[in-house]
Amino acid sequence: MVELVSRPYARAFEAYATQYPNEILCLSADLTSSCEIDGFRDRHPEQFLSLGMAEQNMMSFAGGLGLAGYRPFVHTFGVFMYRRPYDQLMASIAYPRRKVRLMGFLPGVTTPGGMTHQSIEDISVMRSIPNMTILECGDATEVESICEAADSIDGPVWCRVLRGSVPRLFDTPIKVGEIRVLSEGADVLVVTSGICTEEALRARAAFAKAGLSIRHLHLHTIKPFDAATLLDHVHSVTHGVVTLENHVTEGGIGSLAAEVMAEAGVGKRLMRLGLRDTYAHGGSRPYLMRYYGLDALALVKGIESLLGEEFDITEDDLDTARVEDIHSLVKAEAL
Amino acid sequence: MRNERSTEEIALGIRRRVFEHSIRNNGGYLSQACSAAEQLAWLYNEELDLGAPTLPMIPRPFAGVPALGNDAYRTGAGYNGPARPEFDRLFIAPAHYALVAYATLIEVGRMAPEGLLMFNKDGSSVEMIGAEHSPGMEVHNGTLGIGLSTAAGLAWGRKRRGEPGRTWVFMSDGEVQEGQTWEAIAAASHHRIDNLYAIMDVNRQQCDGAMASVMDVGDISAKIEQFGGVAVSVDAHKLDQIREAVKTPHRGKPLIIIANSSPFRGMPSLQLRFPGLHYVRFKSEEERSRMNKEIARSLRVDPVAYEGMH
Repeated sequence: MVELVSRPYARAFEAYATQYPNEILCLSADLTSSCEIDGFRDRHPEQFLSLGMAEQNMMSFAGGLGLAGYRPFVHTFGVFMYRRPYDQLMASIAYPRRKVRLMGFLPGVTTPGGMTHQSIEDISVMRSIPNMTILECGDATEVESICEAADSIDGPVWCRVLRGSVPRLFDTPIKVGEIRVLSEGADVLVVTSGICTEEALRARAAFAKAGLSIRHLHLHTIKPFDAATLLDHVHSVTHGVVTLENHVTEGGIGSLAAEVMAEAGVGKRLMRLGLRDTYAHGGSRPYLMRYYGLDALALVKGIESLLGEEFDITEDDLDTARVEDIHSLVKAEAL
Repeated sequence: MRNERSTEEIALGIRRRVFEHSIRNNGGYLSQACSAAEQLAWLYNEELDLGAPTLPMIPRPFAGVPALGNDAYRTGAGYNGPARPEFDRLFIAPAHYALVAYATLIEVGRMAPEGLLMFNKDGSSVEMIGAEHSPGMEVHNGTLGIGLSTAAGLAWGRKRRGEPGRTWVFMSDGEVQEGQTWEAIAAASHHRIDNLYAIMDVNRQQCDGAMASVMDVGDISAKIEQFGGVAVSVDAHKLDQIREAVKTPHRGKPLIIIANSSPFRGMPSLQLRFPGLHYVRFKSEEERSRMNKEIARSLRVDPVAYEGMH
């Protein structure tokens, strides 16, 4: 059974930010407890700025703080940090390369809040913004190390952050730019990011039982991207590549793999799994991941389709999915 | 750094330069010079505490956008002097006032007149819509409504560090149609950002025409006060009123001077162009020639000798 860590961001942010009391500021847009920074607000008010439900102002204000020499960490749900204030994100933060750390909570379908709360195309948007760096957490260790990783960047950083109960999958922190190699099989390359990595790990035993040799990569750094290393792995497998992401299949890591493979003239098949040109609706994470094909079973089906072969892997062969209580005490509200 | 000329002379010089440029180029942001000349002249010649320029009098060409590895990149803020704690900072929020702002820099001796010849020329940093790298600019403001928020962030950050310098924004009234302006005022009030100052050119004009016809914004001063700022209304062309307004107490609140201006001030012939004042491009050689003579007379200069004139 995987270890679950409660509210890793809350501790990690406080431990990191308090090392730089005159440089790091904590900005919030009325989702302070929902972003696990309520304790920080209470204990370190001099480093905390409440900017209310006014994201357009918050983004330009953060740009101004960057101009003044601060490194603001902006906290809200990811979706609220780029859809409405996209213009401000561009003009006040990305263009001038302000050292603003954009901590986007509730990536993809990790919220039952439905379309308005689910950032399903943020990676696509951020990948196309010059000067932007993109990091995504896949486990508690990555949540614990994302502040330091983001703050090492000379420019703006978009972070997909996990909250609440987060599984610990890795024992080493994020090293920006590196790709985690989780298995080194020779048949199929599986590339995952965020919460989809845990799903791929759930299928690990079943694949082994089916005699499939999987090479599995986890991406915490999406931009800049180490294309050469990905290509090495693509060349190391016989059949092809399957990507799985908590994001639309357009513009995310599936597109990233497609671009890298096409530019290098790799003649292998690529199967991109994720939200397929669709919005999601509100529901629990396991339900949404099943419904939209983002879970371990979807990965199995994807690999079967890629290989044109069925492995007789069923739900029972997969490691148990974690079922979180929607009304868990580790979350501020049911969102 | 203080200019030895009077602010009235500088304001007249701004109008004359923008007039000459617009006639020569068959168009330009003329009405903005009419409405804002005194405000910008007053800021640069009297009110702002700025150091000597740190960038060359003749602007360098465009040197690329901010990017990892572009070490040659500089903003245009150096024309306003160094960003030292004791000095004031100024953002030109409506970046299409750039022509007027550049003319001001020339009039106060911060840029060479040759700078204006580079206006809107390919490869030049003296861009039509002032960019971060354009003379006198420090941030991008071409998208209206973001200037005050950025300045609020900068001002809050400077206050936290105990810097005595103020952060100023030259604003336009069209920007109050953007919701972000009100978010900025509420935030500045909530966080007691009283080292934040703005002067707003209320000329009641916008791209489509008179604001009252496009989307009326009502009583701007009353709204600012409601959102937690301090607003002082003045006649934008009466320098003594502006000089008094800035002395208004505003502890814990941003001060915004509402400068009620005329988009024809100093160039009465422009009234014939109402309501198309946002960017004046002459519709015929006859109009250009007539405006040249009439406005020259109003500004007490000779008509501009331009190529192909009749």
